[in-house]
Order: sequence, then C-alpha cells, then structure tokens
Amino acid sequence: MAEPLLRVERVSKGFGGLIALDDVSLAVEAGRISALIGPNGAGKTTLFSVISGFLAPSAGRVLHNGIDITGQQPYLLARRGIARTFQIVQPFAGLTVHENIAIGAHRTRRSRGQALDAAADVARTLGLADVLDRPAASLTLALRKRLEVARALASDPELLLLDEVLAGLNPSEVGAMLPVIRAIIDAGVSILMTEHVMQAVLSLADHVFVLAEGRMVAEGVPRDVVGNPQVVECYLGRGAAARLAASGVGHG
Amino acid sequence: MKGRSISPVALVLVALALVPLLTASNVVLNFLVQMLLVALVAQGWNVLGGYGGQYSFGHAAFFGTGAYVSAILQMRYGVNAWVAFALGVAGGAVVGAAIGALTFRSGLRGSYFALVTLAFAEVFRILASVAPITGAGVGILVTLDLRPQAFQFQSRAPFYWIILALVATSIMIVQMIGRSRFGAWLVAVRESEDAAKAVGINPARVKLAAMTISAAMTAAGGAFYLQYFLFIDSGIAYGPWISIEALLAPIVGGVGTVCGPLLGALVVKTLGEVTKHVVGDAPGLDLVIYGGVLIVIVAFAPNGISGLLSHLRLHIMRLRSSAAERSHG
Repeated sequence: MAEPLLRVERVSKGFGGLIALDDVSLAVEAGRISALIGPNGAGKTTLFSVISGFLAPSAGRVLHNGIDITGQQPYLLARRGIARTFQIVQPFAGLTVHENIAIGAHRTRRSRGQALDAAADVARTLGLADVLDRPAASLTLALRKRLEVARALASDPELLLLDEVLAGLNPSEVGAMLPVIRAIIDAGVSILMTEHVMQAVLSLADHVFVLAEGRMVAEGVPRDVVGNPQVVECYLGRGAAARLAASGVGHG
Repeated sequence: MKGRSISPVALVLVALALVPLLTASNVVLNFLVQMLLVALVAQGWNVLGGYGGQYSFGHAAFFGTGAYVSAILQMRYGVNAWVAFALGVAGGAVVGAAIGALTFRSGLRGSYFALVTLAFAEVFRILASVAPITGAGVGILVTLDLRPQAFQFQSRAPFYWIILALVATSIMIVQMIGRSRFGAWLVAVRESEDAAKAVGINPARVKLAAMTISAAMTAAGGAFYLQYFLFIDSGIAYGPWISIEALLAPIVGGVGTVCGPLLGALVVKTLGEVTKHVVGDAPGLDLVIYGGVLIVIVAFAPNGISGLLSHLRLHIMRLRSSAAERSHG
C-alpha cells in the first residue's frame, strides 16, 4: 500500500501527570476530508498541535509522505506544505483582510504584487472579497474563521489542518461554510479537521477518527462510526448505547 | 495610503535641503542637525520596534558602538574618517546581530526583551567607562582636522546635508522594507508569532534581520555624532539619553510608519528647545518634558501624530461629505 500523506504512529503526550494522548495512531489519505472528532478534552487540539509542530510528543512519530517530521518547528512544516488554522482565531489584527491573506501567499511568492493578487483570488473563493480592505480586528467571528482558512490556504498547502473552524458559528453560518470547505478539497488540498458540530462532520468527511480520553476508539466512514456503540458511549456516557437500542432510537 | 505617503516626505526632505541656502545661522543649523540625528537613530529603532513590535530600551548599545568603533579606528589606528564611519556602522550591525541572536534564540519578548536590551546598553556603558581602549572615564577626542577627506568641515552646512542624506536613505530603506516580503513577514511576527509560524515564517530569523538593520541605522547616527562633536565618552555614547530619544520620537510621531520618526524627532526636539528657552537650562528638565509628552501620547494618541493626522483627515472628509449631503437636501 502506498504511504499515506500523513501518518501518526503511536503518539503519546503527557502534561505532568495528565495523559492527553495515549498511543494514538492515524493515517490521512491524500485527496480526502478526514475528520477528528471526540468529546471535549479528548485531546483533539493536542494531537493537532503535535502534528503541526507546536508541541513535541512524549513518544511516537509523525510522518509526512513517509518522512519523519516529529518535533520539527511549525514554520518548517508549513514550508513542507502542512498549514493549520487555530481554534482560537489568530488574525494579524492590525492588518487588513487582504494583507492577512497576502502573508500566507508570500510563502511561495516573493513579490508583494503577486502575493496580493493571489490573496484576492483566495478571498474570492472563500467569500471574503467584500471585506478585503477591512481591518481583520473588525470582522465577526464567522468571518475571522474564514480568514484563518483563507490565510492558510493562500500558503498553497498540500494538507490543511482545520481546528474547529465551525465551532461558535450559528447554523446558517455553518451552512455557508460547508461549500467553502468542499471547494478546498476540490482544489486538490487534503484536509484533516477537528470538529464539534457532528452534523457538519457527517455531511463533509470521507473518513472519521474518534478520540476519547486521549485514545483512538474508532475510525471509519461517518455512517459506521456514529452507529458504533463505543462512540455513542463516549459522547453520552456508559450504557447509553444499550439504553438507546432498548428504546428503539438507535441507528440500528 | 502607502503610495501617497512618499511624496509629502520627499517634499519635506527637499525643503529641508534648501535650508542652508536660506540661512547661515548656526543656531538654526545646529538645531536641525541634532533633530535629524535623532530622526536617524529613531528610524533605526522604528524598524525593530515599529515594524517588528520588539521594543528596545537599549538602542544606545548600537549608537555607542558606531561612535566608539569609528573613534577608536581613527585615533588608535589612524584609519581614514570615512572608512571608520562605514566600519562603525558595520560594527553596530554586528553588535545588533549578536544581541538579537542571544535574545531571540532564547525567546525573549515584550518587557523581557526591553529589559535585556537596556541591560546590554548599561554593560557597554560601564565597560567603556573603565576600558583603556575607549579612553575610560576621559573619553575620546578626535583631533581637529578641518578637511572634507577627514569628515570635518569649516561650516555646519556640509554636516547638515550629510545627516539629511542619511535620514533620506533610512526613510527609503524603511519604505522598501514596507513594500517587500520581508516587511510583510516582520509585521506578521509583530501581530502574532504563532500565526506567522503557521504560514512558514521563522520569527527568530526575521527579528534577527530587523535588529541588524535597525542597529546599523542607529550606529550610523553614533558615528555621525562623533564627527560632528569630535568627542565621545561612555555617558554620551552608551548613555540612556539616546535610548530614550530613539524610542520617544517614533512613539510621538507614530510607530511603524515611514515618517513617524522624523515627525516625532521634530516635535520632541522643538519641545526640548522651547523648554530650554522658557525655563532656562536646568539639567534633566528636558527629560521631565519628554516623560510628560510620552504619557499624553500613550494615553490619548497611541498611534502618535501620524495617527492623529489620518484620524483628522478622515474626520474632515466625513464633515465635507455630510455638508455636501445637506446642501443637496
């Protein structure tokens, strides 16, 4: 079998006595939307930080196209084509939307003019064309989340790590964001996303990984994963799957 | 915005270049030379502090190094003054790169960075006040040799044009940085280091480059000071006064703007001069004034005079358009 785009191999990460990730493995295939789901505190963001180089794992390896990238600095990973967004959005607040995206575009473009042009293109794709000249600090949360995605996308990544880009958005904003994410995958960029909004994950993702209490409890296509009793239990509590089955509301 | 900001600056520089043709007054030229000297040093600070967001409290370390390297080469080794000037600038850049490598590698930011730069400047000052090569407590006096090839002139006008050319060059460099990828990276690092890393920027390296450029500009100010006054000691070269003027002028004029340092230097120096005339030459009084100005600016105009001006321009435009609407209605 061909080497996947990204492979996480038996990664563990502890903070003092707390084990945030315990022997986690996953493989992200190119050309797909893979989603990492799990309840609060499952370790999703920690795993993201390990993959994107912001945290070094206590054990295990991360491989990109078969090359060991464990513990490499985030900017080196970004240059390899692994871009990320932040759950707590980190716009360059003092700059305009256009300048923000251009900084991403500068990764592969030296000239200011080319970077600004590329940024304008990305902004159009992500529906930010109307707010190009607004200061990033003045945007609503929904637009700031888009800006995060736009800036990362402008850096021409091979793999885009989206950390909860739908969290905190209202249903209509979520609905507006879904085609944006599909457009990214259509443009040939692979995606690994963490998400709380289950409905969105089910409609978007090709492959789902479920993390609970730092351990990978299930993976597969979305339809199978939501029916998995272990997954139901980690969201709703022990015995929930059995109770649901007994009352006849299970997915059967 | 960026395109429009060049022409007024160019106009001001051309107007300034004509001043020696209109007046031979030493008082006026002396004032303007000192103002432009601060503008140059401040532009250096602005590269690192304004664009890079790294507030240094110790730019005296670079000013003093520029002055001392030039003085030592001239007086101890008989190097030509112009060559010594260039090597002084290079020496400042080396010290900037060294301090930058030490501080940014260890991840110092914000007030920690400010304190460490202050400490470096003080260490240099104390070393210069005891080491024989820097003239210890006596300082270094450059032998009078009023020939252009010795970078000394009979009148003040040539000095004035030289410092004006240095300021113009520094403004051009900053303008180029502002329009380059490096400038975009530098501003990105100022706004958020994590977000910068996530798009492939190495913050430590960008800050190091900015600090080297910044230090070279400020060192040019120090080496010029030496030629103009022909004397330095540890208190002048590495004293806190120059660190304060280096950061005060951009903050007053507008940090991270092309003309903020020049504007700020003009305002700060004028205030200092006016105070001297009104109150008499009480030592330290200019610092009291500076402190007061700093408080007012930080409290009421965080973007400095440039910020106030663009705010005012917006306000006037709004007034005009609402007046136009009323006349239509």
